[in-house]
This record gives sequence, C-alpha cells and structure tokens, in this order.
Amino acid sequence: MYGKKVKLRFFFFSTIFLAILLTTFLILKSLEENVVYFISPSDVKVLPELNQKKMRIGGMVKKGSIETNSNEILFIITDYKSEIKVSFSGSIPNLFAEEKGVVAEGYLKDRNFFNAKKILAKHDENYMPPEVKKAIEDKQ
Amino acid sequence: MFNQFSPSKIFSFTSKAPKYIFAIFIVIISIGLIEALFLSPEDYLQSDSVRIMYVHVPAAWISLGIFSLIALLSFSILIFKNKFFPLVAKSLAPSGFVFNIIALVTGSIWGKPTWGTWWVWDARITSMLILGLFYLLYIIAWRIVDTNNVNKVTSIIAIIGVVNVPIIKFSVDWWSTLHQPSSINILSKSTIHESMLLPLIIMTAAFALFSLLIFLMKYNTELIKIKNKGLDRI
Repeated sequence: MYGKKVKLRFFFFSTIFLAILLTTFLILKSLEENVVYFISPSDVKVLPELNQKKMRIGGMVKKGSIETNSNEILFIITDYKSEIKVSFSGSIPNLFAEEKGVVAEGYLKDRNFFNAKKILAKHDENYMPPEVKKAIEDKQ
Repeated sequence: MFNQFSPSKIFSFTSKAPKYIFAIFIVIISIGLIEALFLSPEDYLQSDSVRIMYVHVPAAWISLGIFSLIALLSFSILIFKNKFFPLVAKSLAPSGFVFNIIALVTGSIWGKPTWGTWWVWDARITSMLILGLFYLLYIIAWRIVDTNNVNKVTSIIAIIGVVNVPIIKFSVDWWSTLHQPSSINILSKSTIHESMLLPLIIMTAAFALFSLLIFLMKYNTELIKIKNKGLDRI
C-alpha cells in the first residue's frame, strides 16, 4: 500500500538507526571498565596489577565491622564473597550504616586494605514506612 | 488517519482545551501534593527526604516518554514525510526538557543528604545529562536550521538521541552505579510499599497533564505563527 520510495526510506532510516544503536552498544561494551562507577571486593582480588590510581570500591558494610578511634573510622566492605578493610578519616554521610550499601573512593594499599578519601552511602531500591520495616524484622 | 492532525481541524480544539486541562491538572496536582507531602509515610531509612522522589521519578519518566514520542514522530516524518508531525514533535520538546532538568536538580538535592554528594559521574546520571543535551540540541536546531532542512535535521537528532533512552533505563542493571536500581518492575514484585506508590502514580498523572497542557499551548502558538505568515495551506 505504500510506494517504493516510502519503503526505501523506511529501510534507509531503520538501517541508520540500527547502525548507530549497534555502534553505541559496542563502544559502551568495550569501555565497560570505565563505565562502571565502582568495583566489588571480589574484583579487587583478581585485579591483574595494583596501581596507585584513584579507584572506587562498593559493597555492603559488614555487620559489626565498624570501629572508630580518635582520627579514623575502620570498616569492612563485603560483597558476601570477598571483603576488604577500609580506613577513612572525615565526615561520613547520614545513611552510612552496617549492612547498608557504601561506595569508597581512594587508593588501594594492598588487596586487603583500602585508604578511602571519600565515602558515599548507596541507597538500595527498597522504600517502605518504618512500621513495615519493623514488621519484617519481627517476622525474621 | 493523519488528517486528524490537520492544523485547521485541530486549531479550534487546541485553543479551547487548555483551560479545561488546566482545571483538571490543578485538582490532580493538589491531591498528589497532599498525598506526597502529608498523607504518605516517611521512609524507614531516609525519613522525609523520600518525598523528593515523588517529583524526581515522575519528572524522569515524563522526560524519557516525551523524548521517545518525539523520536517516534521523527521516524514517520522521515519515512512518510508527514506534514503535521514536525509541529507536534517541536511543541512536545519544551516540557520534556523542563522535566529532564527537574529530574536532574531534584536528584541532586536528594543525593546530598542521602549519598553525601550533589553529583557523581555514574552511568545513570551521566546518561540523563546526555538526554538533556539532546533536548537542547533538538530545541536549538528548530531555531537555527533553515526551513527547507529543519524537519530532517531535527528528526535525525531525535533518532540519534533515542538510542540513549534504553541506556538510561538499563544503566542501573548493566553497570554498577551509585544510583539505585528501579523499584517498580513490571515482571517482578515492586520494592516500593503501596502507600508510597500511590502518590507516585498521582504525581505522574499530574505531570503528564501538565506536559499535555504546555504542549497544547505551544502547538497553538505554532499554528498562529503559521497562520500569520499566510502559510496555513499545510
């Protein structure tokens, strides 16, 4: 029902669109290392080499791992497979807590110790009123 | 079917409809704001700052939706050389752009108390900024490109830009980002409590109505511009 020109234009612009789509995805795929905002403690264990570049490590703050002394705060970031000890001095965000997400930015000392220069709290996708949270905890 | 969009037929509608839509919008946004600011509960973790979400999430949805719509219209402009869609697509852009900025600004305001930073260059936030740049390109192109080429140029900008839309949507699943994954899922159970979902839906309806209102007013202005130039034959 459509003319030949219309069909040709359809194929022409669809091909352009697909080409751009594919190129963009291939570029993003190859840049994956730079697109991710942080790496996990497990990724740190398998890093091919340790360098002095600034990096970010994210995961959960391990339960019972937060220690504070006069000039720094020490805690463990875990992804429930591997963990890494983090030291940080400075102000921490309000939502920083045990068993909550965290992203630490700083420098690796070795595969098990990280000197953080900045701490960001990572909020998860769960939204609920306090009484619902309490009900869930009571059930467990 | 495209004749339904004929300016002369639609002009009488676009000049009368805004005042009714405005009235409905005022009612819905009032209910939405009362629900979002007073009736809905605070969050167990972020307490009252969760209320920013009732503006942030609908604004982001609407700006993504409008850009997708512009791209869809642009496709048929390029393929079918449709004469009425360019004006529709052009009139949709401003409200989409405004909601894009609202999403970025409210996200920033929420990020400071929650994450501890105003801005990070993670995949979700950066791709949303890129969408804003595409809106800007699209709107500027309508002003600077000459009349013979403007339909083609703006349509191509929209089609290139729409590649970014699935990237925004899935960025939180494909890569590790500081931004949380989506709480509302069609296939699996949503991780947002019903009492918080209700204001979110009402606010989305309100923002959609607002976009429709701005669109109709803008479209009406464009039609008047064409009439005044004596180009009303299209």
